[in-house]
Amino acid sequence: MQARPTRSAQDAARRLHLVIPAEAGSVRRALQAAGDTVLLRGLSEDARGTAEIVIAEALNNIVEHAYAGGAGEIELSLRRGGDKLSVLITDRGQPMPGSSLPDGPLPQADAVNLPEGGFGWFLIRCLSQDLRYCRAKGRNHLFFRLDVTSDQKQSA
Amino acid sequence: MDLQTTLRDDMLIVSAMEDRIDAAIAIQFKDRMRALVQHPAPRVVLDLSRVRFLDSSGLGAVVAVMKLLGPARRLELACLTPTVQKVFRLTRMDSVFTIHAALPEGLRDAG
Repeated sequence: MQARPTRSAQDAARRLHLVIPAEAGSVRRALQAAGDTVLLRGLSEDARGTAEIVIAEALNNIVEHAYAGGAGEIELSLRRGGDKLSVLITDRGQPMPGSSLPDGPLPQADAVNLPEGGFGWFLIRCLSQDLRYCRAKGRNHLFFRLDVTSDQKQSA
Repeated sequence: MDLQTTLRDDMLIVSAMEDRIDAAIAIQFKDRMRALVQHPAPRVVLDLSRVRFLDSSGLGAVVAVMKLLGPARRLELACLTPTVQKVFRLTRMDSVFTIHAALPEGLRDAG
């Protein structure tokens, strides 16, 4: 609608920063709110779905493991640069065991033994690139990039 | 967690009326389904047409419901939206469930 987007409008299309209470209902509301922003609305449906899956799994892991159901805050920062969406998620919960990320193999299913869990890290590793983790100054930092495309191709 | 049921011949159709089955609701979903599948219908079809998003907790809950049905019945899924389909495909759970692109003829309007 705006012929000449303001600097802040351009910024909103590129960046998003959210502080989320470490609780499943808050994570749900944050994902819904993020999905309604200019930044995520600018992505194709496929890219938006991928982003929502990976970010949801990362946030859920922090709620369930880093804070283990206790109170805390999670900071989520998204930045769009061309065909990449950079995601940084930090928290003050417990560090990753062994200070490294789980391998996240695909849980094996057979006729009698169907897995009900263990899919989270598999999905994160499947759908993200440049996945990195570090613990610094009492915070967990999880970083990854996602390949994204825009909703509509520019005709000009 | 709003789940609506329709009985059609030998089939119990459970329609999830939420747009998300995620970590916030997965346990509630499983508990509600546990009660609904007490019905002895030989086939149970979960209609996911309104569910736009499902995370690994939601996926785990759907797998748990399949197990609740016991060895004689299987859980069938219908109308997966793109992001839900992606989760089932990546985790290969699409090979575990019978997945229907649409509800069988007439069922959508039957309830």
